[in-house]
Amino acid sequence: MSVIVPSRVSLRLLGRSYLAFVLAPEPPFSAWLAELDSRLLRQAGFFTNRPVILDLAALSPSLAETTEITTAIESRGLRLVAVEGVNGDWLPARLAPLPGTPMPVGMFNSNDDKQRTPQARQSRYGLAEPRAGGPVHSLLVEEPVRSGQSLVFPQGDVTVIGSVASGSEVVAGGSIHVYGALRGRAFAGTSGNAGARIFCNRFDAELLVIDGLYKTADDFDPALRGAQVQARLERDVLSVEVFH
Amino acid sequence: MSKVIVVTSGKGGVGKTTSTAALGAALALNGKSVVVVDFDVGLRNLDLIMGAERRVVYDLINVATNQAKLHQALIRDKRIENLWLLPASQTRDKDALNEKGLARVMKELRAQFDFVICDSPAGIERGAIMAMRHADEAVIVTNPEVSSVRDSDRIIGLLDSKTEQAEKGGHVEKHLLITRFDQARAGRGDMLKIDDVLDILLVPLLGVIPESEQVLRASNLGQPVTLANPLSAPARAYSDAARRLLGDSVAMNVPHERYNLISRIFAGRAA
Repeated sequence: MSVIVPSRVSLRLLGRSYLAFVLAPEPPFSAWLAELDSRLLRQAGFFTNRPVILDLAALSPSLAETTEITTAIESRGLRLVAVEGVNGDWLPARLAPLPGTPMPVGMFNSNDDKQRTPQARQSRYGLAEPRAGGPVHSLLVEEPVRSGQSLVFPQGDVTVIGSVASGSEVVAGGSIHVYGALRGRAFAGTSGNAGARIFCNRFDAELLVIDGLYKTADDFDPALRGAQVQARLERDVLSVEVFH
Repeated sequence: MSKVIVVTSGKGGVGKTTSTAALGAALALNGKSVVVVDFDVGLRNLDLIMGAERRVVYDLINVATNQAKLHQALIRDKRIENLWLLPASQTRDKDALNEKGLARVMKELRAQFDFVICDSPAGIERGAIMAMRHADEAVIVTNPEVSSVRDSDRIIGLLDSKTEQAEKGGHVEKHLLITRFDQARAGRGDMLKIDDVLDILLVPLLGVIPESEQVLRASNLGQPVTLANPLSAPARAYSDAARRLLGDSVAMNVPHERYNLISRIFAGRAA
């Protein structure tokens, strides 16, 4: 008698990145808009089919002004995909702020968090300040990631000095390093980075994902529990092994 | 310098109300003026444990919505004169608490008492958030078992984001109180070890309260265990915890986890 075991289809969760222009109007807005108009006149079609993100931090407009500004921009044929720098609740869902730089530890279902400035949230979680100017490719978290928290950083590597609790998750575009115990879920290489790895000092994870390929707690060798572990992809297979 | 302390846990049935009453009474016995505030609107219990259920006239909601003055709602304890209770409403629900009214009540309580101890309802919804909202410190009540520990971890995350202190960029000082600790079960390896709990939650230990029928007996009598039977093991553990809250350094008398040869053999097998 033979038993046919259906082979499991692997479900890949991938991220994709593309370039969006960021327009940051400066006060006075009318002058800035005139400059934009003259630019559009000279280079018609420059913004055609290009996603544009509007950063209104410098203008700090009111709700009415925000609507006015977004309408003014969209009426010029620009394709707005998101608006940053204003209260997210003022915007229609399609223009809600994108997970920008840096995306700090947030809570699920937390409306309050959206209203807080990234700076305020950063200091609260003791995240390292990004260097002024240059792009940020790593995020350092000095406190434990608590159950129910979700730390999302699509731009690069995440380093957690504390532990990642059961029921929490860390999502990184690059690699994930946990200096404490990893008891929650870790998603590395979500931006399509198959070279990303996950390291932890004490392994007790619920789920590991690298570049969309995953393993759950049931798939792990019981001998790995509590060990220093490295996870990486080897020819599209997620391998988890003791790391010295 | 008055202090607002929230007693919280996430999970229900771990001993928040018992601990609120016991710690409140112990702090009052140390000469502090103390009010215990029941935030479990709709499912109030603290009045029962304090033995004041027949004396409730006005409650927290009445005061927060300006239907009564604070002094009309406060109930003085019959045994200790510097211990007071502000009961919750039993007929309303948690949405009846408005943020502005609550902030005013907390301010008045701060002006009047050394310690304001808030008994949080279970869960992570509005009621629990309201209870922790104005806290300076938090006592996180945990049983040594996985579900309780995970819920406590979740609550700690909320304390770091939803409290006024956290929103100001400050920090709510946290204390871990392990309750219902059973020596025999710990010896058999049926419970999480205290070290494991501390390792997961990373919060300093305030005390370990042994599981005891004294706690149940005191509750049924409507007395905080620290008053009902001050010499019992749980009462002494609570008194020590209260002194640590006051800043005294008291040696931690952890009920030690017994291991005999047989339990060691079984523990080895279970692992």
